Amino acid sequence: MKVEQISIFIENKSGRLAEVTQTLGESGVNIRALSLADTSDFGILRLIVDKTDVAKLALKERGFTVSKTEVVAVEVPDRPAGLAGILQILDAGQVNVEYMYAFVERCGGNAVIIFRFDDAETAIKVLTQNNVHVLEGERVYTL
Amino acid sequence: MIWNDEFETLPREAIEALQLKRLRQTLERVYATVPFYQKSFKAAGITPASLKGLDDLKRFPFTLKQDMRDNYPYGLFAVPLDQIVRIHASSGTTGKPTVVGYTRRDIDNWSELMARSFVAAGAHRGDVIHNAYGYGLFTGGLGAHYGAERLGASVIPMSGGNTKKQILIMQDFGSSVITCTPSYSLYLAEALAEEGVDIASLKLRVGILGAEPWTESIRKEIETKLGIKAIDIYGLSEILGPGVAIECIEAQKGLHIWEDHFIPEIINPETGEVLPDGERGELVITTITKEGIPMIRYRTRDITRIIAEPCICGRTHRRLERMSGRSDDMLIIRGVNVFPSQIESVLLTIEGVEPHYQLIVERDGNLDTLEVQVEVNEQTFSDEVKKLQELSDSIRKSIKDLLGITCKVRLVEPKTITRSEGKAQRVIDRR
Repeated sequence: MKVEQISIFIENKSGRLAEVTQTLGESGVNIRALSLADTSDFGILRLIVDKTDVAKLALKERGFTVSKTEVVAVEVPDRPAGLAGILQILDAGQVNVEYMYAFVERCGGNAVIIFRFDDAETAIKVLTQNNVHVLEGERVYTL
Repeated sequence: MIWNDEFETLPREAIEALQLKRLRQTLERVYATVPFYQKSFKAAGITPASLKGLDDLKRFPFTLKQDMRDNYPYGLFAVPLDQIVRIHASSGTTGKPTVVGYTRRDIDNWSELMARSFVAAGAHRGDVIHNAYGYGLFTGGLGAHYGAERLGASVIPMSGGNTKKQILIMQDFGSSVITCTPSYSLYLAEALAEEGVDIASLKLRVGILGAEPWTESIRKEIETKLGIKAIDIYGLSEILGPGVAIECIEAQKGLHIWEDHFIPEIINPETGEVLPDGERGELVITTITKEGIPMIRYRTRDITRIIAEPCICGRTHRRLERMSGRSDDMLIIRGVNVFPSQIESVLLTIEGVEPHYQLIVERDGNLDTLEVQVEVNEQTFSDEVKKLQELSDSIRKSIKDLLGITCKVRLVEPKTITRSEGKAQRVIDRR
């Protein structure tokens, strides 16, 4: 039920982001979703790609610090209060969201949001119990 | 003005005769009382009797800061503790300080040399000396204090910090001479400007500044901003504390080293060979009147040269050029001695952190800033910003705990710290 995400440490200097994307392009890796967390000194680029292991290896060879994390992709009704309803369910289940970002593609009529939870297992349990659809990794990589 | 006319203007031959006599006594005393010197002299195949003339001093072995650490705390003392009336200490690389002890006569000589230094800097009886050197284990505060009292000036024992109060007292008490670090004097100048204090309304005339390296351009800035004469003073606790050498206000060119108490030598730091007057190298000092902890050929690691030409002030003691650097990697940041190895030892205590680091020292306005760049690796990297911030916070806190200085920690990508020929450039000093 989980999705693999790769995170890359990026110093705040020009050209680094371009280098990451170019490396991925050269390796034939397609980016499916991304988010960039930035501080004054550094950024963390988080990516969902179609070929996680290929991407990780290519970036490591280029000297980047890369880590693999498991995140959860959740289908969210594409209407007002769609996301609010899901966050309420999570809150009631006492699950914390570390961060989240939206997926570019839709799944059927729904939006897809990537969540990083403090406790992914509980989050998945709570969501599925409340009839929220959690997407499989394979499905997400090829959306 | 000269404080001690007789000794400060001794003819060269008389200084050298006095040096030889006092050096011989010192060598005999340490050989008889300090096992460390007995051992090191024997290892060099030499005894105090080998000294026929001053030129023979170069045959004696050097004493290093490491020797002080190895003999921590009292191993190099040449008198029993019941004759020591004061103990000072300076920060050490391994957390243990280097310790020095003074007999009553040492304190007396130190006061005399500081009084001489005050007068050379243009201070006199009737001055209000605002002593902003730290009081405590550091020799600066008490060293300058005793000298000011010996001079007969009115000394205000301010110590460091609390700038607002410093300004209030400076205005109300009519401070005419200030003793502090060069960087603090600039900080003070800025604070005075912020408070809207008119410099011309202050009685301040002279600043006696030391305990960290500074340049001619900083001197000009201090002199303009504070409307004072800025005088460079040199000292180190291993030798005495402040008052080993000082510029005279007449020339402001080179620091007279009190040669009736110290013998300076300049050596090539690589080979240890003694260099002739005028050549630049590492300063080595031998104390010839110290009782508590005499030092034979102590390697100061400070880079300078000896100016042998006579000075317009009339003092016959030779001068040292303003210190231009260090022969080791010690940094002085806001008056605190920092060795890169200390930062390394801190990093090694934090799980997952590798000792790939670089120190960037800059001067932001008037204050030194230290940035510690640490490479992020797979163990320390996290996809969560807060975890990385926790990492840099914990590094910053550990450095603060050990060294007492606040630094900025910047996490950088691996391999970004230049490694040339296997040896990383650890320090970039942009001051």
